[in-house]
Amino acid sequence: MTDAVLLQAINITKSYAGVQALKSALFELRAGEVHALIGENGAGKSTLIKIITGAVEPDSGEIKLSSSTITHNSPRVAKQLGIAAIYQQPALFPELTVAENIALGLEQTGMLGRVDWRERRRHSAELLAQVGARIDVERAAGELTMPEQQLVEIARSLGAKAKVLIMDEPTASLSEEDTQNLFRVIRNLRSAGVGIIYISHRLEELPVIADRVTVLRDGRTIDTRLMSEVNRQALIQLMVGRELSAVFPKKEVALGDVALELRQLGSSEAGIKDINLSVRAGEIVGLAGLVGAGRTELARTIFGLTQADQGEIVLRGKHVRIESPSQAIKHGLAYLPEDRRRHGVILDMQIGANVTLASLDRLSRYGVMDFKREKEIAADYIRRLGVKTPAIYVPVSTLSGGNQQKIALSRWLVTRPSVLILDEPTQGIDVGAKSEIHALMTELASEGVAILMISSELPEILGMSDRVAVMHGGTIAAILDRKDASQQKILALALGHDLNEVEAQAKAVR
Amino acid sequence: MNLGRYKRELAAAVAFLLLLIMVGISAPSFFSAENLRDLAVNNAPTLLIAIGMTLVILVGEIDISVGSQFAVCSVVAGELAKAGVPVGLLLPCLILIGAAMGAINGLLVGWLRLPSIIVTLAMLVAWRDALRWVTEGTWVQNLPANFQWFGLGQTVGQLLIVVIALIVLVSFSWALRNLGAGRAIYAVGSDSEAARLAGVEPQRVVFGVFVLMGALVGLAALLNAVRFSVVPSNAGLGLELKAVAAVVVGGAAITGGRGTLLGTLIGAALLGTIGTALTFAGINPFWEKAIQGAIILAALVSDVALDRLRISDFGLRSKELSR
Ligand SMILES: Nc1ncnc2c1ncn2[C@@H]1O[C@H](COP(=O)(O)OP(=O)(O)OP(=O)(O)O)[C@@H](O)[C@H]1O
Ligand SMILES: [Mg+2]
Repeated sequence: MTDAVLLQAINITKSYAGVQALKSALFELRAGEVHALIGENGAGKSTLIKIITGAVEPDSGEIKLSSSTITHNSPRVAKQLGIAAIYQQPALFPELTVAENIALGLEQTGMLGRVDWRERRRHSAELLAQVGARIDVERAAGELTMPEQQLVEIARSLGAKAKVLIMDEPTASLSEEDTQNLFRVIRNLRSAGVGIIYISHRLEELPVIADRVTVLRDGRTIDTRLMSEVNRQALIQLMVGRELSAVFPKKEVALGDVALELRQLGSSEAGIKDINLSVRAGEIVGLAGLVGAGRTELARTIFGLTQADQGEIVLRGKHVRIESPSQAIKHGLAYLPEDRRRHGVILDMQIGANVTLASLDRLSRYGVMDFKREKEIAADYIRRLGVKTPAIYVPVSTLSGGNQQKIALSRWLVTRPSVLILDEPTQGIDVGAKSEIHALMTELASEGVAILMISSELPEILGMSDRVAVMHGGTIAAILDRKDASQQKILALALGHDLNEVEAQAKAVR
Repeated sequence: MNLGRYKRELAAAVAFLLLLIMVGISAPSFFSAENLRDLAVNNAPTLLIAIGMTLVILVGEIDISVGSQFAVCSVVAGELAKAGVPVGLLLPCLILIGAAMGAINGLLVGWLRLPSIIVTLAMLVAWRDALRWVTEGTWVQNLPANFQWFGLGQTVGQLLIVVIALIVLVSFSWALRNLGAGRAIYAVGSDSEAARLAGVEPQRVVFGVFVLMGALVGLAALLNAVRFSVVPSNAGLGLELKAVAAVVVGGAAITGGRGTLLGTLIGAALLGTIGTALTFAGINPFWEKAIQGAIILAALVSDVALDRLRISDFGLRSKELSR
C-alpha cells in the first residue's frame, strides 16, 4: 500500500423514497491497497459503490479521483476514468456467449467498428485462464452456473485494466479453490498499484486479503481501520453495534422417520449418478463438495427441475415421480435455489406477494387470497430475519441484495415443507441475520422438518449438520457422522481421495 | 397504498377527463342520454376483448388473432340461431367455441412455447381465410326474429349488453386482485423462470389466459351480432389493434407483469369516444385515426418518461442496476 490517495468519497448522502441509504458517508482508497467495505444488509455498501461508478446519482457529496472531483459522473465516464466494477447482482447478458459478454464491456470500437472474432475469443479465454476458470467461451452466459457467471464477471473486470476495481461480494458463490485463485489475482493487481474495493460478508476472508477496512452502519461510516489491528469480534461489534455469539445454535433433536430417501438416483442431464442418501425428520444433512461436484444438480433433480433417468425418490415411505417444481411442492418439498440472485424473487412484485408465492394454495380459500394472513406472515418474517424495508408493500427491487435473499428464503419457510433443501442458505447474508437463519433451521428441525443443506462454507457445514455427505464427480463419495467430520476429511473427500486413505492418514498424524 | 403505483392509469384518466371537458364546452349535447348509451353499447364488445387482451399482455404474450376469431364467432352465432338453437343457449355455446379457439393458441404458445406474435399472426390469417372460403363472402341473413336483441327489444337488449360487459369487467378485475390465479398471472409476466421455481406453472397460466381470451371473444362476438339484423362475414377487422391500443393506453407494460383492468377501461373509453367527440366538436372525423395514433404514442412516451421519474426517485440511471 502506498500513501497516494486514489479515490475519495466525501460526505455522500443518498435517500430513496422513504429510506436514507447513505448519510454523509466517507470513504478513501489508496493506490495499491485492498480496502474492505463491510456492514449489515442494507447498510449502504452497494449504494456507495453505485455512486462511485456513476450508476446512481448522490443527493449530495463528491467523488474525487486522484484529488480532482468527478463532475457529471455516469457509468461511461467512470469507465473512461478507469473505474471498473463487479456488481452484486449478475449483469451478464444471458443470450450472448461468454466471449461476447466479456468483449462487450471492453472493446473500444465504435458502432461501426469491425469485430475481430478470433481475437475476441482468444482474449476472453486468456482472461478466464487468469482467474483459473475453465469455461468454454462459446457457451451462452445464461447456461452457466452461478459460480461460473461470477468468474466470467471477474474476468471481464480484469480486462478493463482499471485503476480502481470494485468487487461487490465476488466470492459469494465461489468455492474455496476459486476464492484462492481470485485472491492470487487480487494480490497481483495490488502490487501493480491498482486500488481495490472489496465487499464481503465472509469476515474470515478479510484478514487474508484486505489491508484496511471501512465499516458502514445505517448509511454512516463508523470507522476505517488497518486490518492488522482489528479482529473478527471487533468488526462485528462495529457493524452491528453489539456483541454476537459466534457459536452455532445447534441443538440435539430426536430424529423421526426417514423423510427423504434417494436410491441409486441419477440423471445424465444433470451429470449425477448412483446417489444413495436418506434424511430423517428432524435431521440436518450437510451436502459438501467442490463447485461442479453435482450438489446443486442433485438438488435440482430432487425438485423436478432436471429429470432423473435412474433410481428413485422415496418421500415418507412413498415412491414419487417429480417432474416439476409445482409437483415437488405438493409433495412437501421446498428448495431455495442457488441462482436466486436472478430468479429467487420477482423483483417487480411486492414483498408480501413474493413471500407467499409458493403457498398460494394454502393461503387461499376457493382460490381467494387471505390478505390479512399474507400481511401477518410477511411482517413476521421481516421481523425475524431483520429485513430492512420501509414497508411490506414496496417492490422487492428496492431492497438491498442481502435483504432480497432473506425474502427468497422466507418464501420457502412459509410453505411449511416436510423436506427443506437449502442451497447456500446464508450466502450474501450479514453475520447477525446468519445466526438468525441458523437458529431458524434448528427450530425447523426440532419441529420435524428434514433439512438438506448445501454449503461451501465448511464452518457452517460442520456447525449445523448431523451428518455430512461429501460429493465428488457427480456422486456421493462418503457420508460422515457429526462426530467424525472434520475440515480436513471433508476437503480430502471433496478432492476425490478415498475414505480409508483419508482415515489412515489421519491416524498416521496422530 | 401509494398512488405512485397507479400513475399510468392516472395519466390516462386525466387525458380522458380533458377530452370530456373539451367536448363538454364545445358541444354539451355530447352528454345527452342517447349519445352516452350509444357509446356504451358500441364500445362494450371492444371492452370485452380488451379485458382478455389485458390478461394476455400481463403474462407477457399478445394475441392478434382476436379480430378473425371474432368474425368466425359472429358467423357461427348467426348460423346457430338460424339452425334453431334457442337464444338462451347461444351464450354458453359461443363462450365455449371462443374458448376452444383460444385453447388452440394456448396450446401452441403455452405448451409448445412458440412465440405468440407468430402463432396468433398465423391464426389471424387462417381463421379469416377459412371463413372466406366457407361463407364465400356472403352475410348471414334471414335470422330468426328473436335473434336481434335476444328478442328482448332494443332498450332491454342494449341494457343487457352494457350490464354484461360491466359485470365481466368487475369480476375479472376482482379476480385479478384477489385470486391466487391473478397473482400467478402477474408473476409469470414479471419473471416466468422465477415463477416456475416458486411452483407456479407458466404453461398452465399462459394456456388458461388464452382460453379466457377466446371465451371473451365468443361472448363479445355474440353481444355484437345481436345488435343487427344480419351478420357480416367480415366483422372484427382491426379489432386486435383497438384492443391492444386500449390496454397500452391504459398503462399496461407490453412486456408483461404490469397493468390493471381499471387502466384498460379508461384506455378503451378514451379511444372509443374520441371519434364521436370529434364529430360533436365539429372536427372532421377524418382526424380520428391520426389522433388515436397520437394518443398511443403519447402513452408509450409517457410510459418511458414516468419510468425516468421513478428512476430519478430511486436515483437509478439504468434498469439493469435497479436489480
Ligand atoms: N432502488 C432502490 N429504491 C429504494 N430503496 C433502495 C433502492 N436501492 C437500495 N435501497 C435501500 O437503500 C439501503 C441500502 O441498500 P444497499 O443495497 O446499498 O445495501 P448493502 O449494504 O449493499 O446491503 P447488502 O449487504 O444486503 O447487499 C437499503 O435499505 C435499501 O432498501
Ligand atoms: Mg449490496
